[in-house]
Parts: sequence; C-alpha cells; structure tokens
Amino acid sequence: MAPVLEVSGLSTVFHTRRGLVRAVQDVSFTVNAGETLAIVGESGCGKTITALSLLRLVPMPPGEITSGSVKVDGTDLLKLSDAEMREMRGSKIAMIFQEPMTALNPLLTVGKQIQEMVVLHDKCSQEVARKRAVEMLHHVRIPEPERRSREYPHQLSGGMRQRAMIAMALACRPKVLVADEPTTALDVTIQAQILDLIGDLQREFGTAVVLITHDLGVVAETAKRVCVMYAGRKVEEAPVEEIFGRPLHPYMQGLMNSIPRVGSARGLDVAPDERLQEISGIVPPLNDLPPGCAFEPRCTRADARCKTQRPELEVKAPDHIAACWQA
Amino acid sequence: MLSYLIRRLLLMALTLFGVSIAIFLLLRIVPGNIADILFDSAGLIDPAEKAKIVADLGLDLPLYQQYWQWIGGLLQGDLGYSYVSEKPVLEEIAPRIPITAKIAALALIFSVIAGVPLGVISAVRQNTPLDYLLRVTSLSGLSMPSFWLGLLILMAFVHYLGTIPIYDREPATFMAGFTMLAVPAAAVGFRSSALIMRLTRSSMLEVLRQDFVRTARSKGLSEGAVTYNHALRNALLPVITTIGIEVAFLFGGLIVTETVFNIPGVARFLVEAIRWRDYPMVQNLVMFTATIVVVVNLIVDLIYMVIDPRIRYSE
Repeated sequence: MAPVLEVSGLSTVFHTRRGLVRAVQDVSFTVNAGETLAIVGESGCGKTITALSLLRLVPMPPGEITSGSVKVDGTDLLKLSDAEMREMRGSKIAMIFQEPMTALNPLLTVGKQIQEMVVLHDKCSQEVARKRAVEMLHHVRIPEPERRSREYPHQLSGGMRQRAMIAMALACRPKVLVADEPTTALDVTIQAQILDLIGDLQREFGTAVVLITHDLGVVAETAKRVCVMYAGRKVEEAPVEEIFGRPLHPYMQGLMNSIPRVGSARGLDVAPDERLQEISGIVPPLNDLPPGCAFEPRCTRADARCKTQRPELEVKAPDHIAACWQA
Repeated sequence: MLSYLIRRLLLMALTLFGVSIAIFLLLRIVPGNIADILFDSAGLIDPAEKAKIVADLGLDLPLYQQYWQWIGGLLQGDLGYSYVSEKPVLEEIAPRIPITAKIAALALIFSVIAGVPLGVISAVRQNTPLDYLLRVTSLSGLSMPSFWLGLLILMAFVHYLGTIPIYDREPATFMAGFTMLAVPAAAVGFRSSALIMRLTRSSMLEVLRQDFVRTARSKGLSEGAVTYNHALRNALLPVITTIGIEVAFLFGGLIVTETVFNIPGVARFLVEAIRWRDYPMVQNLVMFTATIVVVVNLIVDLIYMVIDPRIRYSE
C-alpha cells in the first residue's frame, strides 16, 4: 500500500534576532491510509512546528521551510503555489489544534464555521453546506446537532468544542488529519472519548492521522507507529509495541522511566520514598546546538564520540531505527 | 433585554440630571452675568437699570429657584428665551443643528471609512514601508490641532484654487454643498480617523496572532477571508467603543473648526452664548449635546451585543 503522506528531509528554521533557530531538521516519515503515526517529544522539540509545516502554516517570516518534501497522495505540498496550497488545506490535509476554546472563532456559530469550509472546497450552496455541517456534528456525536450548529463556541463545553473542531477538520473528508495535542486541554474522561472518536472516524473515512503528543499514554492507546523527536530531529522510530517494549534511544528510555506505573513490577503501590526517574538537564537552545548528539549533555551513557559527532538514524533492529552511538 | 434597556434609560436620565447640575453651577461660577457684560461693554453705569434687567431675567432669585425654572421648563419642552436676541432658544438653535449635525456625521463617516481599512492594511503589512508611512501620518493626525489643519486647508485652497469654500445656506449644486461641508468635516475628522486607524491596527495585530486565525487558514480560506471575515470582526469591538467616545470629541473639535471656516453651526454659536453668559442658550445646548453623547453610547453598547454573542446584558 502506497503511503498517503510522505514527508522527507523536512527542515524548518526561524530567523530571529538571536540567530537562526533550527526548529525542525531533516525529519522524514510516512503514514498509510487509516494509520496513526504519533510524534512524541517534550515541549520545544519541534513537534508542533513539524505539524504546522505539513500544512505550510508556519508564520513566514520569521519562519521558513528550507528543504524537504511533503507529499499527500503524491503531490508535493511544498512545491505548490499559495493558491494551490489553500485548495489542499481542509480538503486533502486538515488540522485540529490543542485549545478548542481559542481555536474556534468566538463570533461565529459552530455551524457557520464548518459550513464556510464546505462551501469553499465543495463549491456547493450554503444550504447544502449547512446540512453537511449538521450531519458532521451528528457524526462526532454531538447531541441535538441542529440546535448546536446555531450556537457559539462559548456555549459549548470543552469536549464538545473539540468534537466540533474534529467535525470541521473532517467535513471535507481529508486524506490526512494532523492532530496537535488534541486532548491536552481536556479532562481525562473526555480525552478517552475524543481519542475513540478520532479512531472511529479514521476507520470510517480511511484518514491517515499524524498525532502530535507528549502523552505516552495517548500514544499507547491510539498509534500504530511512533516517531520520537528531540531538539528538532527525529531520534527514533518504530511500531508502537516495539518502541514501548524495547526503547533504544536513551531519551526515549528516559521518557519511559518517568511514567508513573500502578501495579508494575515494583508492586501495587509505589513506595513513598521511591521517586520517579527524571531526565536531568534541559533541552539545548535550538539556535545553539552542540556539535555532536543534541542529547549528549543530558545522556548518562554519553562518551567522547557523542560530544563531537552527531549520530545518524540507523536500523538497529527490524523496523526500528534510532540515532544513537550507544544503542 | 427589556429590563436592561429600562435600566440603561434610567441611568441615562440620572447622567443627564448630573450634567444639568454641573453645567448650571459652572455657568454661575464664571464671574459676571449678562447684565454685567452689557453694562461693562456699553459703558453704562446706571445701577437702577442694571438691577431691573437682573430682576427681569430672574437672576436675583435663589439658585435652586433658577434651576427649577429652567429644568421645569425643559421638561415641558419650553427652552426659554435667549437673553441676547430675546427670541425663543428653540427658534435660535433649530436651524443651526442640522448644519453641525451634517458636518459631524460627515466627519465620523470619513474617519471610519478611512481609519478602519487603513488600520487593517497597516496591521496586515506590519513593519513594511507602507505601515511606517501610515503610522507616521496617523501620529501627525493625532498631534495636529484641527483648527490649525483647517487653516492650512484654507491656505491651500487660496493658493491653488484662488478661492475658499464659503458657507452658503442654499448651495447651488449638491456637489457644492458637499464640498462646503466635507472640507471642514475632513479637517475635524482627521484626528478621529488617525485614532481609529491606530486602534484598528493594534487590535488587528492582536487578533491576527490568535489561534482561531490559524484555524481559519488551516481550513484553506484566502488571506482576504481570514482578515475580513474572521480577524476584523473580532478586532472591531474596541474600535466601536472608541467611535462612541469620539462623537463627544468631535463636537469639541467642531467649535473651533466652525469658527475657522465661518460656518453658522451650533458649535460656534455655543461659544458666542458663553461669552454673553446667555444662560438659557448655553444650558440647553450643553444638555442637547450631552443627550446625543449618552444616546450614542447606548447605541454602541447595543451594537456590541449584536456583534459579540458572548455579551448578553439581560441578567
């Protein structure tokens, strides 16, 4: 099966007063139809900029996508004109954002915001688009969709707003859905519902999903493959069972160790004096990266080579790549 | 909604009551009354005649009685008689109000249709030469007094056209009438347009950074649709408030501008009336202006409610 989304060698930089910030460097991945790829990493590792780069929504200037290609169904989005790119947004590749409160326009009804996009891409009448908007709200399991479509974002609960966001993103049946931390702003019970919903719609429409998250629990529940980012680069990629079972990069291992577990090998309860492991240190500034491995200053296993030479991504196990001299 | 309106109307009445007290007292604090001025300027010093005038006009009554005479009359629609012309106040101001109203309306329209789009352009093209040009122009608009700008405009007319737009009660053509009013309107509206432009710009810059603008782009909308349908609607809220406040300032600007352009409007008339301590005239004109300002502010709040669904004044 040919992948729906093929990203290769994507690099995005920001020109700032403090110099060139390399937010995303040489990132490649592919996603098949109906499949979910999770991109994980901590704040500032370049996940969100990667997501925005896919839709060419990085503010330019100061941002600039310097190299690479983003192919949706074989069309390289980075080669399109601005007008052609606008045609793709919403119709072939759509995005949902972290904060459903601020991501919806407070002065327009939810229905109108969906309708507007349907009219734009499907070139249909307002009435047809309005019906489609209501239908989509019904699809994302919003009760009384007809009435809700006439309400404003502030009249909806957080979970309902995110459902409306999803309804909007999927209204034109895009091939690729980029979800940037879609559940971070929601409480836990709503999180699970939203993830289920995305999963169900993905199966129904065959959408390829790129899920940006820092929550490994969410990854375990939803993703097929996982891509780990650190300081703007992809440092590891593998199927979800493989990476959780046998993380190779010391950064991913550190992330795994920092998850609290109930009922783990340590017993049902973590002893009061037992502390979770943390990854010491902080992410290096992206405008001043060390010459070797970016994780070296925080890595417990680093040696002299890690300081001077940057490791490339290598196949370390079947279907499992990592960029580490020690792995 | 209805209870809100009723509450607002009651509040308006209270505000106007306060204004009436303030203007009544302020006028009496200013030294001299019409009798003093008549006698000083005419050089007459017959105290008996002066006392007769004071008594005739009721200026020797206690203040509360004078106030009651005025307000009682006003509530019954009787604005009293001018001390100077001895004609009914209403008869004096009625023909002048449309002149000032036309200039003020033109100035407001001018400042909105120039200020809002230029503010949007300035924000969308932030930090480009065009933005700098617009910002400098607006800054000069804010710092230039309108009478000075009026004088400059008049000088330019004389220099390039050899004539100036002179006020004419019955202009020959519609265009002539329009130019006659538009030039002073532009002079007085320049400041407002500069203010509205700067406010629109900063408000737009703030809105353009918000998440929902990015969402709108992610839907594939054109920059125009993003700017006008999504961002501007949100950015206009503070601008509308300012427009309401500008109405009051506009009247202040008109007082001088009407003098510069020699227009027999109500604003210039007010200055004349103050000079003569023509109490009924000044009091009623100020009340009239205050009513307009209060009503405009109510309208602004109601417009707010229409634009922003999050605002509901009912409870």
